[in-house]
Amino acid sequence: MGKVVLKVGDDVSTDIIYPGRFMATVLPTETPQYAFVDNADFNKKLKANEVPKGSFIIAGQNFGCGSSREQAASCLHGWGLTIVAKHFARIFLQNSINLGLPMLICPTIEADEGDEMEVKGETIRNVTKGKEFAIQPLPKARQAIIDAGGLVPYTRALLIKQAGK
Amino acid sequence: MGMTYVQKVIARACGKPAVAVGDVVEPEVHLAMSHENGALVLNQFNEIYKGTGIEAKIWNPDRIAIILDHRVPAESSKTATNQKKLRDLVAKQKIGKFHDIRGDEGGICHQILPEYGYVRPGYVVVGTDSHTTSHGALGAFAFGIGATEMASVWTLGRILNVEVPGTIKVVVNGKFPAHVGPKDLILHLIGKLTAEGANFRVLEFHGDTIRTMSTSGRLVICNMSVEAGATSGIVPADEETLRYLKTEAGVTEKIDVFGADPDAVYEQTIEIDVSKLAPQIACPHTVDNVKTVDQVAGIKVDQIVIGSCTNGRLDDLETAARTLKGKKVARGTRMLIFPASWRIYREALKRGYLADLAEAGAVVCNPGCGPCLGVHQGALGDQEVALATTNRNFKGRMGNPNAEVYLCSPDVAAASAIVGVIADPRNGGR
Repeated sequence: MGKVVLKVGDDVSTDIIYPGRFMATVLPTETPQYAFVDNADFNKKLKANEVPKGSFIIAGQNFGCGSSREQAASCLHGWGLTIVAKHFARIFLQNSINLGLPMLICPTIEADEGDEMEVKGETIRNVTKGKEFAIQPLPKARQAIIDAGGLVPYTRALLIKQAGK
Repeated sequence: MGMTYVQKVIARACGKPAVAVGDVVEPEVHLAMSHENGALVLNQFNEIYKGTGIEAKIWNPDRIAIILDHRVPAESSKTATNQKKLRDLVAKQKIGKFHDIRGDEGGICHQILPEYGYVRPGYVVVGTDSHTTSHGALGAFAFGIGATEMASVWTLGRILNVEVPGTIKVVVNGKFPAHVGPKDLILHLIGKLTAEGANFRVLEFHGDTIRTMSTSGRLVICNMSVEAGATSGIVPADEETLRYLKTEAGVTEKIDVFGADPDAVYEQTIEIDVSKLAPQIACPHTVDNVKTVDQVAGIKVDQIVIGSCTNGRLDDLETAARTLKGKKVARGTRMLIFPASWRIYREALKRGYLADLAEAGAVVCNPGCGPCLGVHQGALGDQEVALATTNRNFKGRMGNPNAEVYLCSPDVAAASAIVGVIADPRNGGR
């Protein structure tokens, strides 16, 4: 269970999620402070710890379009957010899977800020509105990486296997 | 069933006779490029090796390219420290293709890779930069990845668990009218496809217009293919590719040229006739918000930028210099020039382009990504309007969320500089 803390529209770019002017900051431990930094109200709430882990961002089509900067995924991951979008842009989707940022593809999602959401298996339930929506599976090729908890542990396991030969 | 160009590239890189769309594959990587964000790649690379007891070693240092271009020379101590870490890495891992901040061999990554002959037809090229799609101009399958994905490539030399993408065939015919060119073509196509119209797909370019287009123009259209969401934009290699690689990039080895199968299956075919195309402008704040120049002519511009990995090549600077020679940049408008590489800078210097531009009032900056993404030089003030030959106009892109960015060709940018408003170059800048 978690609340929707931010609702955004279509084509939200990486420049909105993590503006280029903060790209010199790279470490996942340091990026969260700049998440949605130009949305001053939301960024302030994050930094005041007013957004509990497990909260949701609801987005439209093509969330995360633009740059390959991984900071856009790591800054959201740092706050324990789950992103529900009608669809994601390719590189953002892969970066999020690689880092273990929870993402749900849900083309029919209906939710507003403040709504209480619950994820159950293949569906997401908007408790406030009393409606359920089907979640689309992530690209099947990437399931093994998700199961491993991200690309770092997945690659590490392959590296160890390779070195053992 | 025949294969598209990208299927053929992937099949070769997997050592398989054929692959089908949707197959999960792990292609070998021929070239892996990073810029300053290599500092994050290095962090993730070390994370992978952590606790394994295995010495952290890049799988093939000759296939790694590190190009410093995003914030050059460093604008802050933080950037300088990241750049220093990368120099240390290059020395330690004996990385072959390193371009430091130097006037002889520096520049923007997407210009350096073709210019030095690092990209070849049939290569799988990955880069920690979304505009890595550029290198499809030379017949490579080139795409952007994140830093952790790159750390995995540095470790294993292949891209893990990817699906073979479907392909949209784009057939372009007709002769460009005066003052209309590759930038207008790609902006027009992005407007048609929308910002996610090609998400997870490859754009494969064909037609007479593409066949007669220079590599410089092909780099423009492949560079911006990502703005329609495409994984990659590809021009199958041909005579022009061979000419470029041999005469401009100095490649002496044999170059392998192949095409898509005649019976390849495409998801969609888009046909474009450019003979009546007008200059195109992408309006704030999305690249697919495309209009013709007459629809936005007259809008006051505070800053004009010509340069970047999209339009900072010699032909672009020539257009700008020809238009501005003996004229002046309008008072109240700033004009910044960012050549795509130092080789281009030096050639433009020899030919007098840079003097013409500076005498007109333009500020000629050093090659780099500069203002394009708002990390270094040329930031916009509140409520300011920029007109740029760069590739993105997202809110906040040029360093200020309270500013607006319009995207255009060098022809439109130069004509507009003289009058200080968005202007149609076909009307002599009126």
